[in-house]
Amino acid sequence: MHSWVDLIVAHYNYWIYILLMMIGLYAMVAKRNLVKKIIGMSIFQTAIILFYVSIGAKRGATIPIIEHHGHGPINPEHYINPLPHVLMLTAIVVSVATLGVALALGIRIYQRFGTLEEDEILSQLRREQ
Amino acid sequence: MRWFGIVCVACLGLVLAVASSHFPPWGDPHSPASTHVSPRYIEKSVEETAVPNIVTAVLADYRGYDTMFETTVIFAAGLACFMLLRRLGTGPQEQLWRHIPTGVVVHVKGGVRPWIDPRHFEPIDRHWTPHDLVTLTSCRIMIPFLQLFALYVVAHGHHSPGGGFQGGVILGAALILLAISHNLRTAAERFSETTNGVLSGLGVSIYAGVGMACLVLGGAFLDYKELAGLLGVDKVHARSLGIFFVEVGVAITVMAVMYLIYRNVSSAGECDEGL
Repeated sequence: MHSWVDLIVAHYNYWIYILLMMIGLYAMVAKRNLVKKIIGMSIFQTAIILFYVSIGAKRGATIPIIEHHGHGPINPEHYINPLPHVLMLTAIVVSVATLGVALALGIRIYQRFGTLEEDEILSQLRREQ
Repeated sequence: MRWFGIVCVACLGLVLAVASSHFPPWGDPHSPASTHVSPRYIEKSVEETAVPNIVTAVLADYRGYDTMFETTVIFAAGLACFMLLRRLGTGPQEQLWRHIPTGVVVHVKGGVRPWIDPRHFEPIDRHWTPHDLVTLTSCRIMIPFLQLFALYVVAHGHHSPGGGFQGGVILGAALILLAISHNLRTAAERFSETTNGVLSGLGVSIYAGVGMACLVLGGAFLDYKELAGLLGVDKVHARSLGIFFVEVGVAITVMAVMYLIYRNVSSAGECDEGL
């Protein structure tokens, strides 16, 4: 019993990211409205960002900016892992840009079909064939 | 479809949950992610690049290629938005002009009528609401300070959290705030579409240009230490300055692309009126 509580508490960052990822994937797979799918994609990206940033954390460490350089060697345990932050820094801005492209595609689809519901678009496409 | 989605998502959650129970606990200093390349960056980055902010040093120097192509992806996304939505040459079919003293709105179809005097008429949006003085004034005061803060974030990225991406996003947000608080035409007078397009390409060119300059001076692509002779500093500080130049390029591209996406998406490609 005690080990279960330990497992949940020590890994709680993973449980949150798994939950967010499941919400995002469900929205992308099961929702029929394209805007809801785009929202699901955004939640999915947020889950990935949370996962990366949380694996960079170290207990008792500070942000990765070296202060007081020149007073002896730098101990890596005093600074959190900078690499996930670098990767996610670019990923956040790229995700905003790709979200813009997704919304632009949504606008074009709405202009062409007059709806954003997937089943209505598909039935219109079948009628045209 | 709904049950298929639930089954898929439940399977994914189960697999990830089983895998996660073998992952290192939160905040573990000896986790695999923190033991291989990360200590090398923390120990050597100040010595090699003279940049105290390790994130900036890794972003623009150790992983310079990655960042350059991420910037290219942002530029490509802006270009895709433009290509998908923007309709050039058609222009608005109907213009609305509001007579300022009386408040009468005139609908003008096709071209500009000579009797519309810009002193008494103002162009308005179809969903026009009277400008709120509080919003206009507070945004006019805020925007210059936002831009100043963004320049600080770009320039001080070596010593504090910040850099090209963050500063560029704040600069873009200042432009978007101008467009929201006034309208897209006012924003276009300050920051025209041509400027926007040129700047979004210019940032990537600055980044690639710094890389090419290193190549011409006899080093590898994006190896900033070759700039030492050109800038008149030692090799470590040349790296620091090279990082600053590419961060400026990143900031310009990110600012221009954020505004480009906002303008095209909010007005569905018309770029005359929107939010």
